[in-house]
Amino acid sequence: MSNVAIRNLQIQLGGNKVIESLNLDVKAGEFVVLLGPSGCGKSTLLHSIAGLIDTTSGQIEIGGKDMTWADPKDRGIALVFQSYALYPTMNVEANMSFGLRINGTPKAEIARRVTRASDMLQLGPLLKRKPANLSGGQRQRVAIGRAIVREADVMLFDEPLSNLDAKLRTELRRELKQLHKQLGATMIYVTHDQVEAMTLAQRMAVMKGGVVQQFDTPANIYNEPANLFVATFLGSPGMNLFKGRLEQEGARTLFRNEHLSVDVTNYPFKQAPAGKQECVLGVRPEDIDIGNCDGADNAVCASVSLVEAMGAHRVLWLDFHGTQVAGIVQDQQQVETEQELRFSIRTKRVSLFDGASEQRL
Amino acid sequence: MGQVVKIEKAVMDKAAGMAPGGAANDSTISAPPAVKPRRKLAWTPARIGVYGFLIVAALFFLLPLYVMLVTSVKPMEEIRLGTLFALPVHATLEPWLQAWQSACTGLECDGIRGGFWNSVAIVVPSTVLSIAIGAVNGYALSFWRPRGAGLLFAILMMGAFIPVQVMVYPLVRVLAAVNLFSSLPGIVLIHTIFGMPVMTLLFRNYYAALPMELFKAARIDGGGFWRIFLQLMLPMSTPVIVVAVIMQVTGIWNDFLLGLVFAGSEHLPMTVQLNNIINTTTGERLYNVNMAATILTSLVPLALYFISGRWFVRGIASGAVKG
Repeated sequence: MSNVAIRNLQIQLGGNKVIESLNLDVKAGEFVVLLGPSGCGKSTLLHSIAGLIDTTSGQIEIGGKDMTWADPKDRGIALVFQSYALYPTMNVEANMSFGLRINGTPKAEIARRVTRASDMLQLGPLLKRKPANLSGGQRQRVAIGRAIVREADVMLFDEPLSNLDAKLRTELRRELKQLHKQLGATMIYVTHDQVEAMTLAQRMAVMKGGVVQQFDTPANIYNEPANLFVATFLGSPGMNLFKGRLEQEGARTLFRNEHLSVDVTNYPFKQAPAGKQECVLGVRPEDIDIGNCDGADNAVCASVSLVEAMGAHRVLWLDFHGTQVAGIVQDQQQVETEQELRFSIRTKRVSLFDGASEQRL
Repeated sequence: MGQVVKIEKAVMDKAAGMAPGGAANDSTISAPPAVKPRRKLAWTPARIGVYGFLIVAALFFLLPLYVMLVTSVKPMEEIRLGTLFALPVHATLEPWLQAWQSACTGLECDGIRGGFWNSVAIVVPSTVLSIAIGAVNGYALSFWRPRGAGLLFAILMMGAFIPVQVMVYPLVRVLAAVNLFSSLPGIVLIHTIFGMPVMTLLFRNYYAALPMELFKAARIDGGGFWRIFLQLMLPMSTPVIVVAVIMQVTGIWNDFLLGLVFAGSEHLPMTVQLNNIINTTTGERLYNVNMAATILTSLVPLALYFISGRWFVRGIASGAVKG
């Protein structure tokens, strides 16, 4: 088990700054997910930890040692690729043992490690097969097995499940989580799939444009996104946003715009709001209560524009003065499009962002 | 394809009602249907026209070969009759024997066999060396990308497009200066150098099409320059090596100019010897011997195409590269 510490990392590829001054601390034995849209630099970061991309400046420490310029094989890491990258001319056994044969591990030890990995991943019957004769899921298992036999302190995953179909993906996802428990190795996992990130991560780093936007537990990131990007990137559908401003009315603090007024007096502001301030109110779809439009006070009504059935729940899209507001309903009550419904916001669970800097207030 | 999925015991979902797949169940390759339904051939006028044209064209191109074969087994009396297309009346293999062991090349009358072995001695090391160097070059250029790789590649490519004739004289001077002119190592060196640009291009393009992740995975596994090349890349290169062998063997075997200039009289390749046989006349022109010698000379590339043709197609079609 090793920790991974990244200090002021900067990476340029072909003159473009992909990553600029990035800091990240991964604790020993932790499962950390790097999440972000494609092109956000998450894979670049992973490959630079692996030593496959040269850093422009900054430091990468693995297990307390400076590994910035170390050869990939000396870093005590293993990497699983999205495209599996199995050696096509070697059978499963030879694929897994290639690295061990190179560094001259004794035969008995190689056999022990290969057996252990193939038992963990149930690859026993496939050991003599060539990669071309394996299915996608089996290939990715072999690729994971190849990483396991290295008995590396840090295991890196570069979107390992993206090439698999949805059913297989959920299964391998659970296996990976089990594997982390069994091995106890530090794992850094890159994905653009938020479900994968939420389920696997102990902590996750949401990235955009080569910058870590927020690094925290999945629950904290989901409930208290640090900025507008994180708020909209996570969640399906993403957070509902309302533009407006903060106003003080005596002891109360209100969020107001021309159609909406929400009491946010109990909101845990980092800094007490000063006077009128432009801001954005964010509400998760599950924090919107939907009921019948009966003309009670404080009721805000909107017409249903779309109903998405998701099985366990339904997502209702309401047309609220031109903005689409998503709400989740659990009951099976009949809902028609164009129907007028009342919605209210659970004020305890809202997020507020600064209008200009887009940071959480 | 339910049976593809293998479920770990701990997380096995009984409700899914799926048996844990044994080895036999895991196969993703379904057997091809035993009988392939054949499409009925309809003899439309268009089809008849196409086949007619193809047959005529094939016959036209085979005509010279037919004349050569027929002439080579005719005795001289029959050739003198001038019936070029007639089948031989008294077929004889005498001209072939003569061409192989007793036809005169200039003053010596040892046939073309000496040239055959000279050519073999030139082709084998030149082919092996040029392919080995081309493969290493291509591998280094596509995976290791040394500083200035682009420039290096551009210069190499220039070598492929400058006509050989331009470089003959300077090369003669260079080889003479290092005492390699008119020697077997000299001509091998020349063929290796001239083969290098195209071989490099061939291998570079082949390796560039392989996924970079493969190389990165081998780097993480601790492979160095030669280890990755010899144990990973070379075993994957069979199709391109077959192509390279065909290109180099036929090219070097058929070479005339370089062999004439650089090989020296001791190591003249078969093509040059053939030319000497045909240009040497003592009394009458022995057309049958000339034809036999010509066929003998072209036999090696011909055989190579016939033998490797299937390999060639198989190598490309099997998609051996895909992981």
